[in-house]
Amino acid sequence: MIAQPDNSRLKTELIIAGMIAFFMLVVMPILNAQGIISNFTINLWGKYLSYALLAISVDLLWGYTGLLSLGQALFFTLGGYMHGMYLMRMIGDLGQYQQPIPDFLVFLGWTELPNFWKPFSSFPFAFGMVLLVPGIVAGIFGFFAFRSRIKGVYFSILTQALTYAAAIMFFRNNLLLGGNNGFTDFKFILGFDILSATTQRWLYIATGVTLLGVYALCRWLSKTKFGLVQRAIRDGENRVLFSGYAAADYKLFVFVLSAMIASVAGALYVPQVGIINPGEMVPAKSLEAVVWVAVGGRGTLVGPIIGAIFINVLKSWAARAFPDLWLFLLGGLFILVVIFLPGGLVSLPERLRPVWAKIRSWFPSRAVAVTAPADSDSNPTKLN
Amino acid sequence: MKIIHTHRWLVIYALLLWGGNSVGAATSREVIAEAMLASNDREKIAIIDTLAGLGDADLAALLAAWKRDELFVFSDTNGSKTPVLIPGGQDAFDTAVPQTILGQVILVDGSGEVVVPTRDTMDRVRHNNRLRRAMKRVLDLMDLGSEAAGKRLQAVQTIGFSRDLDNLPVLEARLAIEENGQVHQALRQAIALVQLNHAEPVVRLAAVKELGKIHSLSSTDALTSILADATKAGDQALVAAATSALREVEEHRSVVDFVGTIFRGLSLGSILLVVALGLAITFGLMGVINMAHGEMIAVGAYTTYLVQNIFGAGIVIPAFGLSIGIPGMNLEGWGYELYFVAAVPASFLMAALVGIALERGIIQFLYRRPLESLLATWGVSLVLQQVFKLMFGANNVQVSSPSYLSGNWTVADIVFGWNRVFVIGFAILIVFGVWLALNKTSLGLLIRAVMQNRSMAGFMGVRTARVNMLTFGLGSGLAGLAGAFLSQIGNVGPSLGQAYIVDSFMVVVVGGVGNIAGTVISAFGIGGIDQVLQQYLPVWAPGLGWVPFFGGFLQNLAQDSSVFGKILVLAFIILFLQWRPAGIFARKGRQLDE
Repeated sequence: MIAQPDNSRLKTELIIAGMIAFFMLVVMPILNAQGIISNFTINLWGKYLSYALLAISVDLLWGYTGLLSLGQALFFTLGGYMHGMYLMRMIGDLGQYQQPIPDFLVFLGWTELPNFWKPFSSFPFAFGMVLLVPGIVAGIFGFFAFRSRIKGVYFSILTQALTYAAAIMFFRNNLLLGGNNGFTDFKFILGFDILSATTQRWLYIATGVTLLGVYALCRWLSKTKFGLVQRAIRDGENRVLFSGYAAADYKLFVFVLSAMIASVAGALYVPQVGIINPGEMVPAKSLEAVVWVAVGGRGTLVGPIIGAIFINVLKSWAARAFPDLWLFLLGGLFILVVIFLPGGLVSLPERLRPVWAKIRSWFPSRAVAVTAPADSDSNPTKLN
Repeated sequence: MKIIHTHRWLVIYALLLWGGNSVGAATSREVIAEAMLASNDREKIAIIDTLAGLGDADLAALLAAWKRDELFVFSDTNGSKTPVLIPGGQDAFDTAVPQTILGQVILVDGSGEVVVPTRDTMDRVRHNNRLRRAMKRVLDLMDLGSEAAGKRLQAVQTIGFSRDLDNLPVLEARLAIEENGQVHQALRQAIALVQLNHAEPVVRLAAVKELGKIHSLSSTDALTSILADATKAGDQALVAAATSALREVEEHRSVVDFVGTIFRGLSLGSILLVVALGLAITFGLMGVINMAHGEMIAVGAYTTYLVQNIFGAGIVIPAFGLSIGIPGMNLEGWGYELYFVAAVPASFLMAALVGIALERGIIQFLYRRPLESLLATWGVSLVLQQVFKLMFGANNVQVSSPSYLSGNWTVADIVFGWNRVFVIGFAILIVFGVWLALNKTSLGLLIRAVMQNRSMAGFMGVRTARVNMLTFGLGSGLAGLAGAFLSQIGNVGPSLGQAYIVDSFMVVVVGGVGNIAGTVISAFGIGGIDQVLQQYLPVWAPGLGWVPFFGGFLQNLAQDSSVFGKILVLAFIILFLQWRPAGIFARKGRQLDE
């Protein structure tokens, strides 16, 4: 059982989160506008923050409901594609072929827009689809999966297979979504030049605000009765079922909600990175997101954010510094965290407290009798 | 020359009966020299016709040179005539050196000087349409008398599709003596195809009937066109015959497609089975989600590659700044081809060792946390992929197929690849072996006991840690075996395992955890359905138009039958799990899994 933070700890967390949010959302953009923080850095952090959103969506499922979904990359990419379709329409006739339809369609021999592309010229429609399409996919899949009580490892494997099937589909040109190359070369978003520093700064702010909103939503959700049932399902689904709760409905709701969060993350990711292709959808990407959560600390809300940012910063640095060895570093980190630090990075202070107490006890002059809490030697997180 | 002319077909028959290159003393070089000197075209054609079936290496080159106007007759001052070859022809008289056809030496005059060709001394050997046709026939028939059945088969098919009535007697002569069944069949088809052009309506009718009788798949076009002609001409008997022949051919084609699909389904099923069997043990029996299972397969495949190189020229492996040189045995021929026999146990052992190391190092801490074993082993899989990249390069490595695993059988137009037949046989063998190991050995008994109830088995004195280790080693070793076999079918590269991991998990889940029989059935079921969909989706695709909104989109997508087939298989699996959530053979019991 993961201990619920008591009120004073919650207060501290909120204060710290508020300070960080203020820094990230107000101070950093201002510094960027002044030229102190480079556009590159802002762009990079915008990417990290959308990854953090993805991580929260994984944690909502895995950390809070005990469902390890390996399909979050699918929803992330779907969101990216839905937004990407709008961005492709905004290129207009400025593409290589100077045609009013996207270049790859010209290349495939189309002379006019396929029907399902047409409404994507409108931003509200595209945004609606960002929420709707992954929601429907998750809804249908989840309905069948939860109805037949597929859970645990089986659920992971099936979601992975779903992602795999979707990925091979998106790799084909016949789907009319750009095949291998996906979408790129975006020019405008809502009428603004997508490459300009100002637009990128606002995209960064939008990502940050969304992250803050989702954080607040999940924080609120975990305080409600719904959150309680969610955690109860994680810790003992049969008992929840026998108490008269429709566990499948709860799980379906969480699954759809987290698919939508992942999708919004993808939609925010695409304009900042400037490309979306089926490579983002392969099962390995979902696993990566799960690992962010595991490293950061699942079953908490800050854990996934910390994990996503930590691993990606590490990755950016190591991929440049040791191109041959960084996979060893990453793979080794996963193994070590899983075996020795099941609570993730956020549990580190807790784990270190006895050590700290011991160190303090070596200096009797400041003899403040510290007694380590009885349960502090961290009983490993038990799930399922 | 008169004799040759009157009996020219007889001579050809004689040559065909001989069936080889060594016909008498006359080489094609001599015959062509004779033809060049012949006084008129009729004689030339007659002489060239005698070459039919004389598969001489020079023949094609000389006839080609003739067509290129490079053959000349040199008239010396003393009146003697010599056939010569001048590369480049008349345009190259200044630079070219004439060569005699017979002796293949440089042409010299009486004083020993090299002859400089001029228009006066060199008489170009001309060729008209009829002569060129004779040449082409000779070239076409060249392989008909070849010793190799494969060459004969190809020649027969070429002649059949040329549908030249002049070739009919030759084909009929060959049919009378052909002993190879496949070539015999092809000859019948070729004769019937040629006869479709015959002037006699009776012969044409018989030919159409013959084509229907022998289910000749490649005659569809010819039959369709003759049907159209007959309809136009109002020849009722021919129309009826052609229609029924076409129907027979189509029926045969659907049978061939069907059997071929079943075979491919079996072979894909065996691949899935071999790949998933190891997983059925590590995941099914032990409950460990080994995401590095794919990399165990790759270990097996790379071991095969190593063994191949040890049997061959040796290999140098760069590893972490060091380079390890492994000397080779430099075997050739059969000795080298036997490498695969050694590679099979080697890949089992190697993968089993890596598996045991993995179990001792990581998995033993995670038996109670299955979802986390998934993450840790995924880390392992990343590390191993990078190891492969550093040791063997990021590109695919070359694993050659031994001759006894390449090639194929063709039975009634259905192609059976040997490697695929072999995989099917091997899958059966492995399943039997695993069944024996689990059910008839004491280790198997211990494995089953520990997997059923780890702590109870421990109380009874079973050394569970050791059994765990050995079981995991067995599962990994089986993955290694799968790798050895995949190396014969597909590419071997660092991401080899990734291609199979999703499929193998599907197989195990559908089969029902902890059940080998379920794994077998689900592997063949999934393989079969996949191949059936791939074969028939393009046929069914136009029928998808009724779906509202998505009709056209689905039709478009269904053309990509391999991808759409995979997606449908996944959909079937999800629906199947609605019906049987615990797989085909669920473990019976009333306990809840909590």
